[in-house]
Amino acid sequence: MLEMLSTMFSYQFMVRALIVGVLVSLCAALLGVSLVLKRYSMIGDGLSHVGFGALAVATALGMAPMAVTIPVVVAAAFLLLRLSSTGRLKGDAAIAMISTGALAVGVIVLSLSTGMTSDVNNYLFGSMLAMSEGDVSLSVVLGAVVLTLFVLFYRRIFAVTFDETFARATGGHAEACNMLLALLTAVTIVLGMRVMGTMLISSLIIFPALTAMRVCRSFKSVTLCAAVVSVICFFVGLCASYLLSTAAGATVVVANILAFVIFAAAGRLRG
Amino acid sequence: MALITCEKAVFAYEGRVVVDALDLAVERGEYLCIVGENGSGKSTLVKGLLGLISPVSGRVRYGDGLRRTEIGYLPQRTDVQNDFPASVWEVVSSGCRGRGPFLTRAMRQTAMENMALMDITGIRDQSFMRLSGGQQQRALLARALCATRSLLLLDEPVAGLDPVVTRELYEVIAMLHRKRGLTVVMISHDIGAALGYADRILHMAHGATFLGTPEAYRQSPLGMAFAGGEAHA
Repeated sequence: MLEMLSTMFSYQFMVRALIVGVLVSLCAALLGVSLVLKRYSMIGDGLSHVGFGALAVATALGMAPMAVTIPVVVAAAFLLLRLSSTGRLKGDAAIAMISTGALAVGVIVLSLSTGMTSDVNNYLFGSMLAMSEGDVSLSVVLGAVVLTLFVLFYRRIFAVTFDETFARATGGHAEACNMLLALLTAVTIVLGMRVMGTMLISSLIIFPALTAMRVCRSFKSVTLCAAVVSVICFFVGLCASYLLSTAAGATVVVANILAFVIFAAAGRLRG
Repeated sequence: MALITCEKAVFAYEGRVVVDALDLAVERGEYLCIVGENGSGKSTLVKGLLGLISPVSGRVRYGDGLRRTEIGYLPQRTDVQNDFPASVWEVVSSGCRGRGPFLTRAMRQTAMENMALMDITGIRDQSFMRLSGGQQQRALLARALCATRSLLLLDEPVAGLDPVVTRELYEVIAMLHRKRGLTVVMISHDIGAALGYADRILHMAHGATFLGTPEAYRQSPLGMAFAGGEAHA
């Protein structure tokens, strides 16, 4: 077991995937609790598709992928939030429109520039080899920023998630807090896209929160439990994908599904 | 000076005027009940008083030391999520105002006092979503108390509660009004209770409104029509 682990992490790309993956799993799980409870689960999914489009365009133009993708996805996050809150378009419909639109643009750009190659596959389902040294440093910095802001604004985030009207009435700066959530989510999604892939990254946001809610009954315990479950599932999934030679992102999702089933059963037993 | 003053305030909801040129002064220490049929603009007025929407014309002023963000608000039960994982403590303490990222000692103290006042200290660590309707309202009242020192704004606090719990909750609110000297503004469908507890009644209807004491309301044509036999029961 230990030997297997030490061989596994003697590969640079595995170490990189582990660092970025653990950070992203942690951030996604923390934000996910709030997003799921606010009925914003699909925003993560929509944003990852926008990220795919932006990544494709950046690659085609020979620009730095992260530098282009992060601002585009942040802008999309604000836009989605706006559309959902003003009620001019139904939130879910708006997300579906933007995400499929971005996906379509991304596919066209890719097919015009490089053709539908294994690159596309990497974008869609993630690739551990895709990450450079620079990506890892950027991920560590941004991941730390997301975690710090989450802890600092935890009380506000709870208030806005539980009862937005009350938070607004008592000067809780609900708008700013929603913007912050959207911003942090956008950054997390972009960081996670490389490992997990565009199609699968939103599972990191949704699964841990739902899993934790099967057994935990307070916001704090749900948040902590989601974070722990998410990191463990990522680690287990990454190891399993190495052993079974399966795609990392997909294997992590399967680990999350298993955790969900176990927690759901435990929740049933507890009653 | 009154805590909240509406001067010819006009509020609109989705482009339609629902509160027209309302003059109202909420005086410190009073118990004001706002009654009226569905769609008469009560909930819009609540949003206006909380400063969540601005009047289309006229103005809302806060005075006598009250700031807009210092109103203890109890939302309608339908607006509160019932499947939300949160402990009673988390719900109550979220009413505490303060800039810092963490609860200060003073904030904890306030939250504890208000839980004791609402008699829910014993269920501090229980799950909010598993409480009975009456207990949830007590927790939300404790949260509202954390947010204010002077004014409670209650939006249909007893809707959907059984008669025994309803009576208890009215008594708790009356206690807060009498013993704590809190000003109470309550939206209610329950005209009988409104007449029994309130110092003043504001009846909102399409254009025609009444503002005055419960006695005067009973005598008024509007009050007779709306309260009917109930007022004499």
